[in-house]
Amino acid sequence: MLISVASGKGGTGKTTVSTNLAYALGKRAVILDCDVEEPNAHLFLNPEFEETENVTTKVPVVDMARCTLCRKCADICRFRAIAVAGKTVLVFPELCHSCGGCFRVCEPGALSEGLRELGDVEKGVSGDLGFVKGTLRVGEAMSPPLIKKVRTYHDLSRINIIDAPPGTSCPVIAAMRGTDFVLMVTEPTPFGLHDLKLAVGAVRILGIPHGLVINRSDMGDDKVRDYAKAEYIPVLMEIPFDRRIAECYSRGGLIAAMVPEWKESFMELFQKIQSQVLS
Amino acid sequence: MRELVVISGKGGTGKTSLTAAFAALSRNSVLCDADVDAADLHLLMNPETVTCTDFKAGNEAIIDKTLCTECGMCRELCCFGAISQEYVVDTIACEGCGVCVDFCPVKAIEFPVKTCGEWYRSDTRFGPMVHARLGIAEENSGRLVSLVRQEARDYAEKNGHDLIITDGPPGVGCPVIASLGGATAVCIVTEPTVSGLHDMERVIRLAAHFKVPGMVIINKYDLNPDMAKNIECLACERNITVLGRIPFDPGFTKAMVQGKTIVEYNPSSTLTDTVKTMWQAIITSPVMNARGIMDFSQSIKS
Ligand code: SF4
Ligand code: SF4
Ligand code: SF4
Ligand code: SF4
Repeated sequence: MLISVASGKGGTGKTTVSTNLAYALGKRAVILDCDVEEPNAHLFLNPEFEETENVTTKVPVVDMARCTLCRKCADICRFRAIAVAGKTVLVFPELCHSCGGCFRVCEPGALSEGLRELGDVEKGVSGDLGFVKGTLRVGEAMSPPLIKKVRTYHDLSRINIIDAPPGTSCPVIAAMRGTDFVLMVTEPTPFGLHDLKLAVGAVRILGIPHGLVINRSDMGDDKVRDYAKAEYIPVLMEIPFDRRIAECYSRGGLIAAMVPEWKESFMELFQKIQSQVLS
Repeated sequence: MRELVVISGKGGTGKTSLTAAFAALSRNSVLCDADVDAADLHLLMNPETVTCTDFKAGNEAIIDKTLCTECGMCRELCCFGAISQEYVVDTIACEGCGVCVDFCPVKAIEFPVKTCGEWYRSDTRFGPMVHARLGIAEENSGRLVSLVRQEARDYAEKNGHDLIITDGPPGVGCPVIASLGGATAVCIVTEPTVSGLHDMERVIRLAAHFKVPGMVIINKYDLNPDMAKNIECLACERNITVLGRIPFDPGFTKAMVQGKTIVEYNPSSTLTDTVKTMWQAIITSPVMNARGIMDFSQSIKS
């Protein structure tokens, strides 16, 4: 089973939910940190990494000795990643989407494959829990290809918890697409509600069953609950604001590890997700 | 023209609430919401839209079934697996590279420009604002960030404003990269948590590429004063000015529920005083000088 944990707004407690849920499930689960711009799950689960894969993407490299300056590469490239300037061809590797177009049209074979580093994927364990983490190279703009790579590390014999990036654009879609359930984490504030509506819009485009966790549920107002009711989105868990939870989080602690009742609550959350997926 | 870009690395640190408070305290500024993927600033600003313009970027492939001979060429060439067995383009997976369009032997693939969202020029009680809405599940957020920043700049120049306050996006990816180039200074709003520190460290490394001066505010510092110290140490090491600390205060949430900034919600509180002091420190700091004189010794170090 693939469960993605998402939130339109950042900082609502998405990582708190995904790490505690994964911890409660233990050896039955693998957590995949797809929030590659700012991966944080490792700070709470302290995994031991066993292998690292460097992830790259293909970009063109020009051999000017063969180039006839025909400009076909520049014409086909929709991302302005390759241009002919005077007697030379310029490549802007950071703009390249690796579509392969320029390679196809270059008749003299002046283009060869170079690599641009996207980041890395690390695989390991935290106790019995499987752990996979993607980290985007600082300075790299495109995260979806790396997120897709992290997702290939899933283990279908186990429960895969995917920590998705915030927002509603292409990186989140790459993390949520094809999962069996999206658990949305929000807070009952105007910002939380506004961004939740966008996230629900994205999940509905993808047609994935979804449910809600309301974090800091006693701060703010009731509009998130009203919205969930009106839209028939099940509220699967509420976490009240508690200074001790906030302090535990600040140190990198897990409430499910510290308080047995919370572990129970996260197991119940999983059971609710399971029955939602099956129904 | 000066532009202060407020970023955070990690989401939910209070970046937008503070940006709004700065807007309320500033004079003659233009507000810019560059967090286009989950834009929230308007919820506190209640902007009245003056102009609304479509944001068009990129293209998407559409196969005309009446012309297609099902030769299979496009499927073979698409590096993104966006074309199905039935020769229908999956609009979410399509990157708009146009390779299929150019190679289709019977020219059966149309390639219209996409509308990915809208951007607005609005008026607020604190002055003009430029903001945007990226369509759900859309791409090109970096381009939209660049667009709203450019529009804010043009508007400010034409209308005699000398300051732009920009609410930047979270993370370190394409929207953030697009929000940093050409900024006068960045103000990082962080929180004293393991994630706050980790994410700040990454966004600092990114900002260092752009040679901008940096300042940091530690929000909710009392949740973990030791971690707040670690953050201040990191800031010092990287040549970033520590503007100060703000305690955890439910006032921010209460103000938000009423659609107000903290300085309007509770004008005579110590919290408001703290925010005012920080704003004064930002606006009078040498890096924000009105003449735009740059001093690279003030830049963030990686
Ligand atoms: S691979 Fe595609 S995106 Fe990259 S340079 Fe070539 S045509 Fe442009
Ligand atoms: S397509 Fe090949 S030969 Fe033509 S300009 Fe580009 S690199 Fe040179
Ligand atoms: S390349 Fe053109 S004709 Fe061939 S399958 Fe694709 S759309 Fe149809
Ligand atoms: S435009 Fe590019 S990504 Fe889209 S379907 Fe055609 S080849 Fe695939």
